[in-house]
Amino acid sequence: MHWPIDLIVLTFVIFTAIAAISVKDLLGTAILFGAYSFLMCLLWAVMGAVDVAFTEASVGAGVSTVFFVAAVFRTSRRTKD
Amino acid sequence: MKLLGFIIVCLVGGFLLYGTGELPDWGDPQSPASLHLSNDYIEHAVEETQVPNLVTAVLADYRGFDTMFETAVVFCAGLACFLLLRDFRPRKDHYYRHVPTGVVLHFKDNSKRLTVGKEFEDMDKEWVPSDTVIKTVCRMLIPFIQIYALYVVAHGDFSPGGGFQGGVIFGSSLILLAISYNLKTLVKRVSEKVLSILAALGVLIYVGIGAIAMLMGGNFLDYSKLAPLIPIDPGHIRAIGMLGVEIGVGITVMAVMVIIYINIVSEGRHEEGL
Repeated sequence: MHWPIDLIVLTFVIFTAIAAISVKDLLGTAILFGAYSFLMCLLWAVMGAVDVAFTEASVGAGVSTVFFVAAVFRTSRRTKD
Repeated sequence: MKLLGFIIVCLVGGFLLYGTGELPDWGDPQSPASLHLSNDYIEHAVEETQVPNLVTAVLADYRGFDTMFETAVVFCAGLACFLLLRDFRPRKDHYYRHVPTGVVLHFKDNSKRLTVGKEFEDMDKEWVPSDTVIKTVCRMLIPFIQIYALYVVAHGDFSPGGGFQGGVIFGSSLILLAISYNLKTLVKRVSEKVLSILAALGVLIYVGIGAIAMLMGGNFLDYSKLAPLIPIDPGHIRAIGMLGVEIGVGITVMAVMVIIYINIVSEGRHEEGL
């Protein structure tokens, strides 16, 4: 069966999103959010919205991951619930 | 309670998915979005603005007012982060490392300080500076990242990219400096005062270009009215105006990213952190 690339990427997006909210380790969550943003960036690029993909790659996968890691560094690494 | 939450999430998600069934298909030529304004942009943008990248033409020229306030929003985010997190109380403890022997001195009294130089170096107690390999690689990588960021800003009207992306890339190169060395290295090179001034300056450049266009007798942000000021082919004046505006956006975004990072990672003390 032939699977188009955007369906494969979309499946990974859903997996990373579910993993990001279910993982107990907040540092892992930050990394998973980075992966999620990068996959979204691929999705935008497949759809031809290159400017949006660029923004998603630099802001979503780059800087916001760093902000999450910085926030984890100053708070706690494990969630309470 | 958890089960209830799960059921609500599933229900709302199901309704949302049901709702998206009514939306037009991706790239549908009959959808309302691509019937009216998009055609106009696609047909006239290049001859009106001489900018090959339609996205930049729409963002920085047709919707210039919108982008101006987006920049102001980014500036406000940096300001809010500063106001919420900045802590001006001085730190009590000071750690110094004696460089030749590696002995660490701990000063509990705030009034006594050592002069930092070749003999003693200031030390972070919460973040041990990384390995030599990481330091060297990052030091070699940072100039290239910064050149790339400038390229992205400068080529915003020819290729994907622009002020926002370029500013974020430039800001993250500075953040990389803080991560690979330590926060003091970054704060020493780019002080808080410089960053604050840059964050405001970017918005000022954007608004200033708009105001100059107004002074020249046009509408706010009407770049074609800038033609008498810049000795260049009048057809390209809108592209030049857009470039100026993108530079303003890039400066603000770069400064705000670094301000947010420094304030989060050092709990507002600007002294030590990741």
